[in-house]
Amino acid sequence: MAETIILEVTRYSPEQDTEPHLQRYEVPLRKDWVVLDALNYIKDKVDGSLTFRWSCRMGICGSCGMMVNGEPKLTCATFLSSYAAIGVVRVQPLRYFPVIRDLVVDIGDFISKLQSVKPWLIPKEQTQTFEGEYLQTPEQLDRYKQFSMCINCVLCYAACPVYGLDPVFIGPAAIALAQRYNMDSRDTGDQERMDVLAQHEGIWGCTFVGDCTKACPKHVDPAGAIQQYKLTATVDRLKSLLMPWGTK
Amino acid sequence: MSRAPRSSSYTEYHPRWYRKRVSTWWWTTRWSYFKFILREISSVFVAWFIVELLMLIHAMSSGTAPYPQQAYWEFEAFLRNPVVVFLNIVSLFFVVFHAITWFNLAASAMVVRVGGKKVPGILIAAGNYMAWIVVSAIIALFLIKA
Repeated sequence: MAETIILEVTRYSPEQDTEPHLQRYEVPLRKDWVVLDALNYIKDKVDGSLTFRWSCRMGICGSCGMMVNGEPKLTCATFLSSYAAIGVVRVQPLRYFPVIRDLVVDIGDFISKLQSVKPWLIPKEQTQTFEGEYLQTPEQLDRYKQFSMCINCVLCYAACPVYGLDPVFIGPAAIALAQRYNMDSRDTGDQERMDVLAQHEGIWGCTFVGDCTKACPKHVDPAGAIQQYKLTATVDRLKSLLMPWGTK
Repeated sequence: MSRAPRSSSYTEYHPRWYRKRVSTWWWTTRWSYFKFILREISSVFVAWFIVELLMLIHAMSSGTAPYPQQAYWEFEAFLRNPVVVFLNIVSLFFVVFHAITWFNLAASAMVVRVGGKKVPGILIAAGNYMAWIVVSAIIALFLIKA
């Protein structure tokens, strides 16, 4: 294995540049180093002005998502050695998001969309803390657990061409997280969420490219969540057409 | 509590944040994107098969004496045209492709639970394929016997 590897990193300074450009750095190629380690090496030893987000280094915080050789990846979980044969690792900011500086993107659009689907428990009756927990069986937990694994890293948005072409699309993670609460036995907010989700900008914007699921580092399967919700919304619509007297 | 004033150079919609426009040719950059576009195009060929079926029904129902089968024969001659044969072969490819993507989607969209356990998607897809094969075999048998 070679002793070093080339990192091509996007640099963009809004005060000086009209558009981003790539800068090459040579970094040690260590077997146990991930791309984030290489970026930190550059920041500490070569160029302190390089700007990027990171926090936990263990695939939990979801803040170090970047494009690595064109693929949306958590840089803390992407080993440099995987690219040793190519010899070059191109690190760019997450696709489809506006770039603030270097590798830092603005994910405010995702945050506001996430809030719009009310990703919190909406119980039938609010109870006081002293009344105890909302109980749930392991089987009930199993229904939504997969979707609850989302860490808001937005790799799925960077993988989704629909979001790139039509930024009003609510997007994979927000819909998966809405589904996480819809399928929770303690929640009764599904109709409130449906007003947002069953729109063209919601589930019907999705054309099932399926790359969001491939990009997800936590195996949430947002594409599956969206297709499942399409089925739910269709059944709900048919019910309201056939039985308009039924309670919603 | 009043909000702290923002710096004039960092407003909520910072004009200098770099927004890259998506290329018109984005669908050529990845095989999965290209496959997706092929699947979208397949709807045109599905529509063509439906048009062809309607033409067949029209031909079969519009014959008049003394040659009630004349319209059908003309339709058959139309089908033998090499251009139409080629178009139908291409359409068949796209319709099969469309069906396969649809069955694979069903595995994602349907959550079936048996005894509290989620049935793996591959089994749901396999069930769909089996049903497809059985229905196709029945139709083929019916056509061969006829």
